[in-house]
Amino acid sequence: MNFDFSDDQKQLRDQARKFLTEKCSPKAVRVVLDGKAPYDKELWKGLAEMGFLGVAIPEEFGGAGAGHLELCVIAEEMGRANAPVPFSSTVYLAAEALLIAGSDAQKKKWLPAIASGDAIGTLALFEGKGNPAPKAVKLAAANGVLNGVKKPVPDGAIADFAVVAARTGSSGRDGDTSLFLVDLKAAGVEVKNLTNLDPTRGQAEITFKDAKAEPLGAAGEGWSILSQVLDRAAVLCAFEQVGGSDRALEMGRDYALDRIAFGRQIGSFQAVKHMLADMYVLATLARSNSYYGAWALSTNAAELPEAAAAARISATQAFQHCAKNNIQVHGGMGFTWEFDCHMYYRRANAMALGLGSLTYWEDQLIDRMRKKNAA
Amino acid sequence: MNFDDTPQEAEFRATARAWIGANAPRQYEDELRKSSLGRTVLKNANLLEVAKAWQKKKADAGWACLHWPKEYGGRGSTPIERVIWQQEEGPFGQLSRMFIIGHGMCGPTMMAFAREEHKRTYLPPLASGEKVWCQLFSEPAGGSDVAGLRTRAEKDGDDWVINGQKIWTSGAHYSDYGILLTRTDPTVPKHKGLTMFFLDMKSPGVEVRPIKQASGASDFNEVYFTNVRIPDHQRLGEVGDGWNVSLTTLMNERSAIGAAVSTGFPELFEYCSSLMLDDGPAIEDRAVRSKLANWAVKASGLKYTSMRAISALSRGERPGPENSIGKLVAGSMIQDVATYALDLQGASGVVSGDDAELAGRFQAMLLRAPGTRVEGGTDEIMRNIIAERVLGLPGDIRVDKDVPFNKIPTKGRN
Repeated sequence: MNFDFSDDQKQLRDQARKFLTEKCSPKAVRVVLDGKAPYDKELWKGLAEMGFLGVAIPEEFGGAGAGHLELCVIAEEMGRANAPVPFSSTVYLAAEALLIAGSDAQKKKWLPAIASGDAIGTLALFEGKGNPAPKAVKLAAANGVLNGVKKPVPDGAIADFAVVAARTGSSGRDGDTSLFLVDLKAAGVEVKNLTNLDPTRGQAEITFKDAKAEPLGAAGEGWSILSQVLDRAAVLCAFEQVGGSDRALEMGRDYALDRIAFGRQIGSFQAVKHMLADMYVLATLARSNSYYGAWALSTNAAELPEAAAAARISATQAFQHCAKNNIQVHGGMGFTWEFDCHMYYRRANAMALGLGSLTYWEDQLIDRMRKKNAA
Repeated sequence: MNFDDTPQEAEFRATARAWIGANAPRQYEDELRKSSLGRTVLKNANLLEVAKAWQKKKADAGWACLHWPKEYGGRGSTPIERVIWQQEEGPFGQLSRMFIIGHGMCGPTMMAFAREEHKRTYLPPLASGEKVWCQLFSEPAGGSDVAGLRTRAEKDGDDWVINGQKIWTSGAHYSDYGILLTRTDPTVPKHKGLTMFFLDMKSPGVEVRPIKQASGASDFNEVYFTNVRIPDHQRLGEVGDGWNVSLTTLMNERSAIGAAVSTGFPELFEYCSSLMLDDGPAIEDRAVRSKLANWAVKASGLKYTSMRAISALSRGERPGPENSIGKLVAGSMIQDVATYALDLQGASGVVSGDDAELAGRFQAMLLRAPGTRVEGGTDEIMRNIIAERVLGLPGDIRVDKDVPFNKIPTKGRN
């Protein structure tokens, strides 16, 4: 048994960490946090040059032709660095949707552009409150054009194209949904930037008014493709969350070692030690669940839906817990804009919602476990 | 990343599976599978006898204490082979429970510190289950603070004379031998005046009194020592070095990698899958599903944490400290799971025993659960271990560290 990443994959992780430590310092993240840039363009270019954007894209489409395990180790580092770039929307959502359902021409058009850093992509799924569900998709598609409003769309304001979920039927079933590719720079698309919990990753409202769209995958197959995309993204996001959890835990640990109160290191008080120990426990459970998700993703196993939901829940809980208690360990200083703790708190809570809420994924997990038991 | 055996591991697994298939006491399989925390019962047989017979059968065929050297009754297996054996042994592994302390802690301590002739005499019957061992460390005044123990050992000719009391000794009532941590010098700081021995539990002056636990059962004992004589050649390690010897024992306790910890989750999921509530199946209730999902990811998190440790073993590495979380997570989880299972039963959840739902499975679990959060290191001690040894946080400030043992206060207030 080797339920771990290979030496090569670990080397890739070290390489990514080194690169991000240099190019994505908290100071660099703050440029985006403070609203001085919509995302870190230099970093995005660098990620492309390192081959990270296309790591899981086949060579014939301009990628590195490695696999999802390699993407997982990079995702972990992106989360650790709190990278202010549209990585998850472009790589986990748009690129994966293209890989699953794109025609050869669509792949040729967009995947090389993603790998080279020339195109930012996203998934436009949500239409206001609620979780992923076929009946929540109301945006209408007819005669090759889309009409309706999507929000929130991750990185929508900087994206060049979007995979858009639209309604093409009225049977009340999953088959009502179809996916479309839309050039967001074309006519009929209006984009409005939204303020959001985590300014280091934008959210937008996109209005489609007779916007030209081409089908992605077969008509009526939208929900089935989306489910696969969301499962894959759940695993990949889980690795970002694991990376973020570890960083938040480290920050709390380091502060507990540095800070003196009552004449001793605050890390010598059991109340603080036990809080940090519990952070470690949740981070470890999340890491292990995510490894299982990575295995299922990389082998395209039948267990992927269950493994993805478990990784999603576990990593969401861990990141939220570590981020909030990192602030608690820091005390008042943790609640200042100047300290970096809130960046992880913001990211953790934004990520907890991005692919649907924790409650939604809990529900999914139980459904999937029942299905497996019934089989 | 894969779950596949190496060719050697696969061969070992096949051999183990074949032998278990041909030799395991199948007549008890169903009952062993249905047992859960607080309730391992065989209706028509004596558990200790069945366990000893299975252990002896394994030993005769070379399947006992796999990781021990052959000359001491083991198989000389690699750590990963031991894990594979545990996986294959499945429910029959429950029968090894009463040997865990002997095999996992006493044996390794003997191997590290006993004289060669003692190893050859005492270890093979320990491996084969013919002799059962217990571990006599904890005392009324030294539980989490083991080094605060007071049982005295005083030299008298070639013997040591033991007086004092131990507590929480699992299995002392059916044990033949024990390893015993004593205080040989009360005038030096507490960690420095300890010495370890092994002894025959039938020695004159040893009295075992079972403790009736909060659950009503009796797995633990008090053991009293009145002028018990132990020959000096049964000393383990140097005089005054008992603390270091005991660390060897405790390290072995915590390195039981791959041993499945009970979380209660599979039992609860199964229960909820068939349970009907007032307004429909429990498994379709939102609140129930949320609870189940939260426990599911803890259970799977522990499972895959263990898989990661096994993988490290398979590569010939020492597993990292991640495994220390198992007991901490599982202990409180099983208590919460049992509490919730009874909540789902409403007022009738109060009924326990054979008349209760599932013959009282969750009631028994609830009553046994508090012990899991205390035995082998309380939740709080486990958190200290994680904080100090994994995260590198400072140890507690110990006010008794450099104080001679006999000058440490013994009462909180007068």
